[in-house]
Amino acid sequence: MSRSFWLGGCAASALIICGPAMLTAQEDPAERSLVINGEIEIVTEADAPAHLENLSTIRSGWTFRSPETQTMQMDDFDNPATLGVEAARAKFSSDLGNGESCASCHEAPEELAGVRAVYPKFDESAGEVQTIEMQINECITDRAGAEAWDYDKTDMINMSALMSFVSRGEAVNVAIDGPAAETWERGKEIYYTRYGLLELSCANCHEDNYDNMIRADHLSQGQVNGFPTYRLKNAKLNSVHGRFKGCVRDTMAETFSPGSPEFVALELYVASRGNGLSVEGPAVRN
Amino acid sequence: LWAADAVAPTDVSYTELGGIAEPLSDTPGDIENGKALMNKGSGNCIACHQVSALSELPFHGEVGPPLDGVAERWDEAQIRGIVANAKKTFPGTIMPAFYHTGPYVRPGDAYTGEAATGDLAPILSAQDVEDLVAFLMTLDTYPE
Ligand code: HEC
Ligand code: HEC
Ligand code: HEC
Repeated sequence: MSRSFWLGGCAASALIICGPAMLTAQEDPAERSLVINGEIEIVTEADAPAHLENLSTIRSGWTFRSPETQTMQMDDFDNPATLGVEAARAKFSSDLGNGESCASCHEAPEELAGVRAVYPKFDESAGEVQTIEMQINECITDRAGAEAWDYDKTDMINMSALMSFVSRGEAVNVAIDGPAAETWERGKEIYYTRYGLLELSCANCHEDNYDNMIRADHLSQGQVNGFPTYRLKNAKLNSVHGRFKGCVRDTMAETFSPGSPEFVALELYVASRGNGLSVEGPAVRN
Repeated sequence: LWAADAVAPTDVSYTELGGIAEPLSDTPGDIENGKALMNKGSGNCIACHQVSALSELPFHGEVGPPLDGVAERWDEAQIRGIVANAKKTFPGTIMPAFYHTGPYVRPGDAYTGEAATGDLAPILSAQDVEDLVAFLMTLDTYPE
C-alpha cells in the first residue's frame, strides 16, 4: 500500500500539501490499474512466483510512481518512449550496413510479439543465457554479417524497446531451470551480495524496504518488466543494465559493465522475480 | 588517512553491546557540523531517518527509525558505536558502517562506479563521528 508514501512525503516536506490520508481508489497509485491505449491490460500486481521466498506479492514499478507519471504510460501519445519505439521501427527495415535489415528475415516487428516475455533465455547454439540485446546482436553479426551494435547505446536500447512494445501485456515467464539454472543461481547470489562501502544488496533496498522512502525516492521492488524505461530524470530510454549499474554505483561499489556475464545473470534472476507480471515496457519512471 | 589525534578505525574498541566508551578524537564534537552531516556530505543520515529537528530540510527517509528522542533511548557511548559501526549493535543491519575500512565486496571510488585504489578511508572521519554524536545527543525529546 502506498500509505507510507504519503505519510513519508508529509513528514519530509512542507512543500507537499497533505491532509489526512483519505485516498480514493483512483488517487492511490497502488490501487490504480494500468490499461494502455484503453486496450492493453497490464498485470501490475500478482502472487509471487513459487521460487521467491521472501515476498508474497510482486508489484510493477508502475504501482509506486505518482499518478501523473502513471498516467503518462496509459496512452502511447503521452509516453515519451514512443519516439524511441518509432525510431526502432524505422531501423527495423533499414540497412544494417551490408544490404540486410531485420526485415530481410523478420517480416515485421509484430512477428516477434511475445518473445520479450521469455528473455533472458538459454540459447542452445550459443550455449549460454542470452538477453534480448545479445540475441539482437547475434542476428546482426552471425546472421546478417554486419557490425554489432553497442550494448547500451541508443540503437540497441530503442530496438529493445520495440521488442518490449510488441510484447506488451504478455506475462513475463522466464525459465529458471534446466540449462538456465546455473546462471539463475549466480544471479541470485549477486542479488543478495552486499556491495561497496555502503554494504548494500539489491535485496536491502528492493525486498526489505520497498514502499519506503529513501531520501526523495519511493522504493519499488526493482522489477524489470517495464524496461527499457523512459526516465523523466534523464529524459531518455534506459536499459536494464544501465539501471543496474546506477544502483550498484550508489552503494559506493565498483560496478559491473552492461552486457557483462554478471549483469546477464542478474537480469535473468531479477526478471524471474517478476514472472507473472506483464511485459510493460517501454515504461515511464521518474 | 585519519588525523593524528584520532583512533584508527581498526583500533577502535567496542563494548560487548557495540558501544564505544571513549571519544574517537581529542577535539570535542561540533553540534553544528554534526547537524550539517546529517544532510549533505558523506553522512546523508536523513536519507534513511526522519528527524523533526531538521524539518526545514526536505525528504527524510523511512528506512530506519525516526531519531527523535534518540539520546533518551541510548547513552553517548552506544550512539558513538552505532554511528561508527551500527553492525556491532544491530547485527546485519542495513545501516552502513561509517567508521570502518572493510573488507568490502568490490569497493568503489566514492560514487564513480570505478574500483577504489589504494588504502580505503572510512566514509566519515573520527571528527565527523564525534560531531554527529554531539548533534544526536541534543535529540533528547519527543516532539509532538
Ligand atoms: C539474416 C537473417 C536475420 C536477420 C537480418 C535478423 N534476424 Fe533475428 N533471427 C533470425 C533467425 C534465424 C532467428 C532464430 C529464429 C528462432 O529462434 O526461431 C532470429 C531470432 C530473433 C529473435 C529471437 C526470437 C525468439 O523467439 O527468441 C529476435 C528478438 C530477433 N531475431 C530480432 C532481430 C532484430 C531486431 C534484427 C535486426 C536488428 C534481426 N533479428 C535481424 C534471423 C535474422
Ligand atoms: C541504496 C538503495 C538501492 C540499492 C542497494 C539498489 N537499488 Fe535499485 N533502485 C533504487 C532506487 C531509489 C530506485 C528508483 C525507485 C524505484 O524504482 O525503486 C531504484 C530502481 C531500480 C530499478 C527500476 C525499477 C523500475 O520499475 O523502473 C531496478 C530494475 C533496480 N533498481 C534494480 C536493482 C538491482 C538489481 C540492485 C542490486 C544490484 C539494486 N537495484 C540495488 C535504490 C537501490
Ligand atoms: C541505509 C539506511 C541508513 C542510513 C544511511 C543511516 N541509517 Fe541509522 N539506522 C538505520 C536502520 C535500519 C536502523 C535500525 C537498526 C536496525 O534495526 O537495523 C538505524 C539505527 C540508527 C540509530 C539507533 C536509533 C534508535 O533509536 O534505535 C541511530 C542513532 C542512527 N541509526 C544514526 C544514524 C546516523 C547518524 C546516520 C548517518 C551518519 C545514519 N544513521 C545513517 C538505517 C540507516
